[in-house]
Amino acid sequence: MTYALAFEKLTLGYDSHPAVHQLDGEVADGSLTAIVGPNGAGKSTLLKGVTGVLRPLAGQVRFGTCARSDIAYLPQQSDIDRSFPITVVDLVAMGLWSEIGGLFGLRAAHRARIDDAISAVGLAGFESRIIGSLSGGQFQRALFARLLLQNAQLVLLDEPFTAIDAKTLVDLLGVVRRWHGEGRTVIAVLHDAEVVRTHFPETLMLARDLVAHGPTAKVLTAANQFRARQMCEACTGSPHDCGRYAS
Amino acid sequence: MWESLVQPFAEFSFMRRAMMGCIAISVGGTPVGVFLLLRRMSLTGDAMAHAILPGAAVGFLVAGLSLGAMTVGGLIAGMTVALLSGFVARVTALREDASLAAFYLISLALGVLIVSTRGSNVDLMHVLFGTVLALDNAALILLSSIASITLFALAFIFRPLVLECADPQFLRSVSGLSTITHFTFLALVVMNLVGGFHALGTLMAVGIMILPAAAARFWAVSIGGLIVAAVAIAIASSVCGLLVSYHFGLPSGPAIILVAGIVYGISLTLGPVGSLAAPVFRHRVNA
Repeated sequence: MTYALAFEKLTLGYDSHPAVHQLDGEVADGSLTAIVGPNGAGKSTLLKGVTGVLRPLAGQVRFGTCARSDIAYLPQQSDIDRSFPITVVDLVAMGLWSEIGGLFGLRAAHRARIDDAISAVGLAGFESRIIGSLSGGQFQRALFARLLLQNAQLVLLDEPFTAIDAKTLVDLLGVVRRWHGEGRTVIAVLHDAEVVRTHFPETLMLARDLVAHGPTAKVLTAANQFRARQMCEACTGSPHDCGRYAS
Repeated sequence: MWESLVQPFAEFSFMRRAMMGCIAISVGGTPVGVFLLLRRMSLTGDAMAHAILPGAAVGFLVAGLSLGAMTVGGLIAGMTVALLSGFVARVTALREDASLAAFYLISLALGVLIVSTRGSNVDLMHVLFGTVLALDNAALILLSSIASITLFALAFIFRPLVLECADPQFLRSVSGLSTITHFTFLALVVMNLVGGFHALGTLMAVGIMILPAAAARFWAVSIGGLIVAAVAIAIASSVCGLLVSYHFGLPSGPAIILVAGIVYGISLTLGPVGSLAAPVFRHRVNA
């Protein structure tokens, strides 16, 4: 099986405290994978490790069918300054950076693609609104439009559906399905088990260590969820309480 | 009325020079101030202004009241503090604001020490408060050059700079320009402060960068609008401040900054965007 990326004994963390520990596994090319697990299980950390923002403490991420430069990454919302005075078009157009860089202007073809992306997420008519005036759901739609323009083979989403309304959820899941249909590899950190069951064929359950990885129906079981919570609780104290890391 | 507005400039060349110098500072420094404001770095400008003092002081010791020596000294001191604090923030646990505070305080103490052991109080006053009414040709050329370089550099790094402010994580994920952009911007801040201190002094130079930018926030929404409004406010404040200082015999640097302060006060209360009166405006439009 061709893989989009593979984890090899991957250990990621901060200040040498591992948040993801000795992870092995492959994410198949063109697959649609949900990453689930309790709070503090290392889900966001894993995405940061894939983008390269965070260097592994040990092991590595191997790229198969797609390159590290071909990633579109949606971090958790709090990292963006929403009071900054730019319009929806400006925000979405950032997605074209890898094509036009920092200096050159937008051509008509670029403008058409920006308009398409904005309509695709249901934000037509909001083009010249300042991002600070958007609701949480509308803002998330704009970020999805930017991801669309990035046109990447690998899409990483970190809790993309937190605090948005039901209508927005349906529309944005439509965008995710569109990526999946186009053969792109999509990995999303998610909390809502219902969304995972209905829309994500593959699931990777994490609790610092790998709990299970495979078809969603086999991974997302009550037994696994219970085990994940226990594994995480065992490590929430000081790192020395957790026998596995003491050496 | 007209006479009291135009005559000072028509009659005295030092007033015309002062106006030219202030316009140059307004055109170059104020857009930088707008970005400082948008990046929530308004106080960084103040810190950097203190940081350039020892460089200017060493330049003064070596060559007296020499434009070149003080400029080069100020640039070196400012860049050193900017680079050191940026470096410390990136490789240690200390945040950038804390490391900048540490370095600028050291730099300021060093500067005051040098000036007070070797110079007189008059010299210190010159460095702190500038001499906008005694700008010679060389100083005017320096101020205009800095304004031109700043505008070209800003045009060049505009897009990465906007991204670096709005969504630094995204910029880092798509390009390696983040660090270069940040330090180019800091270099522009230092350069404009060094230019500004010849005219307005190290302390007042920050005023013409930040106050018009803060006032513009109540008039415009987009970045372009903010820059245009801020530059217009800065130029208007400069001209008004010079006239006030001429007619009432007040020191010109503080007069210019105080006029900008009054404009800020008016904007704060009456500006159409997010000011105290803005809800009233909106109510009247809707009714």
